[in-house]
Amino acid sequence: MSRALDLRILVAVLTVAGLLVLPLFSHLTGNVFLLTLFTRIVIFALAAVSLNLIMGYGGMVSFGHAAYLGIGGYAVGILAAEDFGSGFVQWPVALLVSALFALVIGALSLRTRGVYFIMITLAFAQMAYYVASGMSRYGGDDGLTIYKRSTFDGLINLSNRIQFYYLCLFCLLGGVVLVWRIVNSRFGLVVQGLRSNEQRMQAIGFPATRYRLVCFVIAGTMCGLAGALLANNTDFISPAVMYWTRSGDLMVMVILGGMGSLFGPVVGAIVYLVLEEFLSQVTEYWALIMGPLLLLIVLFGRGGILGLLGRFSRG
Amino acid sequence: MLLVVEQFLNGLQFGLLLFLLAAGLTLVFGIMDLVNLAHGSLYMMGAYFVATFVAWSGSFILGIGLALGATLLLGIVLEVVALRHLYGRDHLDHVLATFGLILFFNDMVRLVWGPAGLALPLPSWLTVPVQIVPGVFYPAYRLAIIAVALAVALMLYVVVMRTRVGMLIRAGASNREMIGALGINIRLLYTLVFGLGAALAGLAGLMQAPILTVQIGMGENILILAFVIIVIGGIGSIRGAFVAAILVGMIDTLGRAFLPDLLRRILSSAAASTAAPALSSMLIYLLMAVILVARPEGLFPANRR
Repeated sequence: MSRALDLRILVAVLTVAGLLVLPLFSHLTGNVFLLTLFTRIVIFALAAVSLNLIMGYGGMVSFGHAAYLGIGGYAVGILAAEDFGSGFVQWPVALLVSALFALVIGALSLRTRGVYFIMITLAFAQMAYYVASGMSRYGGDDGLTIYKRSTFDGLINLSNRIQFYYLCLFCLLGGVVLVWRIVNSRFGLVVQGLRSNEQRMQAIGFPATRYRLVCFVIAGTMCGLAGALLANNTDFISPAVMYWTRSGDLMVMVILGGMGSLFGPVVGAIVYLVLEEFLSQVTEYWALIMGPLLLLIVLFGRGGILGLLGRFSRG
Repeated sequence: MLLVVEQFLNGLQFGLLLFLLAAGLTLVFGIMDLVNLAHGSLYMMGAYFVATFVAWSGSFILGIGLALGATLLLGIVLEVVALRHLYGRDHLDHVLATFGLILFFNDMVRLVWGPAGLALPLPSWLTVPVQIVPGVFYPAYRLAIIAVALAVALMLYVVVMRTRVGMLIRAGASNREMIGALGINIRLLYTLVFGLGAALAGLAGLMQAPILTVQIGMGENILILAFVIIVIGGIGSIRGAFVAAILVGMIDTLGRAFLPDLLRRILSSAAASTAAPALSSMLIYLLMAVILVARPEGLFPANRR
């Protein structure tokens, strides 16, 4: 156990502690915007954590992960529009539909490898994007306004900022714990083994595609949950959520934070979105700085922020 | 019948344009093994350059020449400054870095040219309709695009298959280390190939400029189409890119033109008019999914190491 491990654990602990006390801080300073910003960050962090499960641990680089954000969101939005306001209906449906979508596209996509896999997942996400654009009953291109957030029979009130924030945070931490448990389980080890050497794993007798597919479906479902949260957060869902640049954003968050590290995607999401927010306050042309910054991070900071921390502490 | 001929030509023109874009992408991908998401930005820059240079010089042809040179130069600078350092890295690093470049280019264009799009008027000699078969007129400019793109495709074929540089390019694609060991300046070759790819993307962008509005983000939609094409065609294969580009151009154009009528025959008119636009946008992705499921390496898999 070197200092490297300690530093990374320290960052994780500090991040969680910071996220936990954030509502208090925002209440005391009267900075409501901070809470709004971090609610969004926590939701995207959950999506990034789910992407990291397949991309970082499973070696399945999905370039269409934002599709699940949209599917989860549209499940909530459409049910709300059809007068099924209960979260006990909306959320299970959101998860189920995301899981089914992941099952179908996973079964087809996992026949390919490498760049072809990246592109076929992208193609399916684009299809979902165009389907959503074509649903004129539910807003089509313009998106769908959600007039009432999911209700949970008085158990929790999503319209209350603080309660909603903690629900999102709870889901995020639950997601991280789930990924941690999966990664250290026999199942997770098989999936990671498949990433390193598929032939060898198959020779021992593991059915590669079946393991990968289950992993793919778990990640998709988790991201569908993030989608349901996102729709409730913005009270709005539109096809733009599924556009390929969104999937790119999610990938950037994962890589930025450190792919294949448990907490990397959370750190990545925070850094990426805070930076975006900060830079866009400084200048209208924030991407002018953000773009080259990403390039520099790739050129000089291999393994993302957590990787950098690891190397830094190893000296 | 009239409409069919016209749409067929539109499809051909769009397909050839996509080929220009995809050829550069597949060269860079096949030879340097670099996933370049910023390829669409070069396409956008080509369009902005031509709109600027034509307005500045007052001559359409001169503007095109200058814009072509500018994109070539931009590509070379981009390669030397940034992308050169990414060769041999993980594909994911490429995605992240070039995604950053897209952000950069979009905002730079917004800073320099402003958020509103530009329009590029055609000179009068290119706006006249040309009679191609008796009774069928087709815009001269679109015919010019078809002619130029076909000429470039032919030239590319000759350069890659019949010249020494082309031989080196092909050799570089099949075994990088070996041609370096044989004393070829591989870095220069890579810069050259990247510049060529950038110029092709710029050419596609500048030819498209008078037809569409020149605007920020115009490269992103078409970039995805170009990726779809090189994946369908088989990465690194120019022949594959050509076939796939024509296929995608045709299916996309003809789908948009005729799918609504076809659907109206089976569905109710209201259902058809809502389903048709979404379905026709989906067609090419559907095509790609089907092809990849059937042939996971694309239609013309290039020789792998």
